[in-house]
Amino acid sequence: MCGVCGCGEEHTHSHEENSHDHSHHHHHEVAHSHAPSLTPARMVQIEQDILAKNNAYADDNRCYFAERGLLVLNLVSSPGSGKTTLLTETISKLKDEITIGVIEGDQQTSRDAERIRATGVPAIQINTGKGCHLDAHRVGHALEQLNVPNRSVLFIENVGNLVCPSAFDLGEAHKVVVLSVTEGEDKPIKYPDMFRASDLMILNKIDLLPHLDFDVDQCLRYAKQVNPKIKVLLISAKTGEGMANWLNWLKAELVLQGIEYA
Amino acid sequence: MHEMSLCESVLDILEQQALAQQFNRVKTVWLEIGQLSSVEPDAMRFCFDVVTKHTLAEHARLEIIASPGRAWCLPCGQEIAVQTLYDACPLCGSAQLQVVSGDAMRIKELEVE
Repeated sequence: MCGVCGCGEEHTHSHEENSHDHSHHHHHEVAHSHAPSLTPARMVQIEQDILAKNNAYADDNRCYFAERGLLVLNLVSSPGSGKTTLLTETISKLKDEITIGVIEGDQQTSRDAERIRATGVPAIQINTGKGCHLDAHRVGHALEQLNVPNRSVLFIENVGNLVCPSAFDLGEAHKVVVLSVTEGEDKPIKYPDMFRASDLMILNKIDLLPHLDFDVDQCLRYAKQVNPKIKVLLISAKTGEGMANWLNWLKAELVLQGIEYA
Repeated sequence: MHEMSLCESVLDILEQQALAQQFNRVKTVWLEIGQLSSVEPDAMRFCFDVVTKHTLAEHARLEIIASPGRAWCLPCGQEIAVQTLYDACPLCGSAQLQVVSGDAMRIKELEVE
């Protein structure tokens, strides 16, 4: 797979997999160009960010979201932190007030998208195959198929991976990192890139705390050490504890983005 | 393993530049990889060799320039050196640091023919 473009094995970018037209621009950022030299070897200064192409697609997505009044949140975590359960619980509590769409990223299977669709909300599954993260180009294609109504919340559930998705902007308003208490309190300093890239940390499965040695205060200190600005919510998606705070955070974000709902 | 994706992005850039600046082969690539970026230089080297096979950059030399991490300490009001994203300020112990450099990953320069 071409990791950034996601258009198949070859670097032709001819979009064989996707026979439809799409609205993305292919960005060709060229610092400068000049006539070919006669000398066989020469130096070319380019100063180009490796992620420039992904970031350009992310900017396209961001425009798409802004035009339609979509609050887009990129949920990132290690596998098994409870992202999908958090989403199904969130949807069941919010769907009468606001329209919601979900993009599900996994290496294989459409199990998560099926779980989301069972709640009555449209969901599209992206299988990354061998890829370890979603990129902005794939999300752009998914948007064409998902047709989220204007003034909605769009959740992008990223591939379960506490490393790679941190580097890839999808055009989202915020990355939200979900950490479950069974994973250990030192994850924020073990995987600092993800906690630095996220604006909100949800500490999930707090109903299990009585059975564990998890030190909540130490975990929050580690998270703030990596990212002093990170906000933290303690939740059990299963029992519903703390869910009201998360729903309030979502509604506040809608207000902040100027999105009128219900 | 997002180093694989990053190397594919590097190759994309090389192919675009080959058209724009009219070269056929890449002999050396200078990559700036910040100490605070989410990139492991050894993994990058490994993936670069794999990704560039049968391309204009096959057998190209990859030179990685490790740029040091620098951050601005808000309480101290001055720039300090940091090794990790969770370092505290060596002067005041604060975690209120804003990274100012050392998180880049970019292609600096190419030797081409």
